[in-house]
Amino acid sequence: MSTLPFRDPERGRALSTRLQRAVDRAGRPVTVMHVCGSHEQAIARYGLRARLPAGLTVHMGPGCPVCVTDTASVDAAVALARAGVVVLTYGDMLRVPGASASLDDARAAGAAVEVVYAATQVLERAAATDGPVVFFATGFETTAVATAAILRSAPPPNLFVLSAHKWVPAAMEVVAQVPGSAIEGWLAAGHAATITGWGVFEDFVARHHRPVVVAGFEPLDLLAGLCLLVEQVAEGRAEVGNAFPRCVSREGNRRALDVLFSVFEVGDGDWRGIAHVPGGDLQLRSAFAAHDARLRFAETLAAAPGQAPFALASACRCGAIMTGRATPTDCELFGTTCRPERPVGACMVSTEGACRIWLEHGEGR
Amino acid sequence: MCLGVPGRVVSIDGDTALVDFGGVTRHVRLELVDEPVRPGDHVLVHVGFAIRRIAAEDLETTLAFFASLADDDREGLPPPSRG
Repeated sequence: MSTLPFRDPERGRALSTRLQRAVDRAGRPVTVMHVCGSHEQAIARYGLRARLPAGLTVHMGPGCPVCVTDTASVDAAVALARAGVVVLTYGDMLRVPGASASLDDARAAGAAVEVVYAATQVLERAAATDGPVVFFATGFETTAVATAAILRSAPPPNLFVLSAHKWVPAAMEVVAQVPGSAIEGWLAAGHAATITGWGVFEDFVARHHRPVVVAGFEPLDLLAGLCLLVEQVAEGRAEVGNAFPRCVSREGNRRALDVLFSVFEVGDGDWRGIAHVPGGDLQLRSAFAAHDARLRFAETLAAAPGQAPFALASACRCGAIMTGRATPTDCELFGTTCRPERPVGACMVSTEGACRIWLEHGEGR
Repeated sequence: MCLGVPGRVVSIDGDTALVDFGGVTRHVRLELVDEPVRPGDHVLVHVGFAIRRIAAEDLETTLAFFASLADDDREGLPPPSRG
């Protein structure tokens, strides 16, 4: 499948013109938010932000699952690795700082921390050993369904899941409720919506009277999504739009959702840099207790030392950035104290984080 | 981690497909896809699992929709959708 038609400059210019008209029609500055690191990467890579109409601001919200993984979950993974358990995780989790150390620090000190790029590798790794293997499972709906699928496919008894999976719609709720929020509409992530369907946002739109448009990740996908979004804002409408119809339906992927919710249930959880998010975590159901690392290693985790978070974290503006009240370059730590090799805040941690993307692509300068 | 990558199915063995991602092939599990997948189809893949079959007609529908947005001065066209 060629992606080139979705990068066609001529069509892009035509959509930009339409977007300009929508902003003009609003007759005032318009601020919207996307909630996906892949959207921010595409905006930076294709230089879209510099070409957006004057008067349109696009913030990145809590759209990086690595970034929002809570410190306590990282600490739990580090504690298990230090206790001699094999810990598997996705590569971008290695440098995420816990209260005292990252998984990378633990690995440098000799712990068995191994990177996987596909959830299926977890099954192979556990089958190859007799000792306990823990999968530190992070990410939103798209990776959560994969974790659910491996737990549904007769996993070996020595495989345990430390779930830090998150449910995105719940975080949009938190952002929408921030007092004085200037966000007038949301671009939803096309891949997560491939699973959930765009219908999952109907309640949100009805309650907050602000539109949501599902968008894909090529330049035309983003421009079309912004057109559908800003036109609604300009006209005072609030509906769910779908600018990614080649992957997203109203119902989503029913089979994947069934697998997801047969293994997980939503529960309250902490999102780094955001807040306590009601309904924001995907927690293992009791039917999968035999593979729940939080239960199997409860004593080890309870004995792990709790430590105060970084002293510098008070100056960190990730919370304001992820709720659309600041941009990365507003933060005094950005690119100085807070850098990719030694991140202070959530948004610098991963290649999907807003601060990291801005630093690497020179956004905002 | 969240990177979703479209690829073309080369062959299928049970619930596993060999998928070509622009010259790099990987084995991908198919059990989460909600419709039959055949060699030659495109699929959207996340962390080793296909989560969607991308039909050729859906690509054309999307491109036609974007073209209509770009060409048409009318506003608020409803997006097409299979679902």
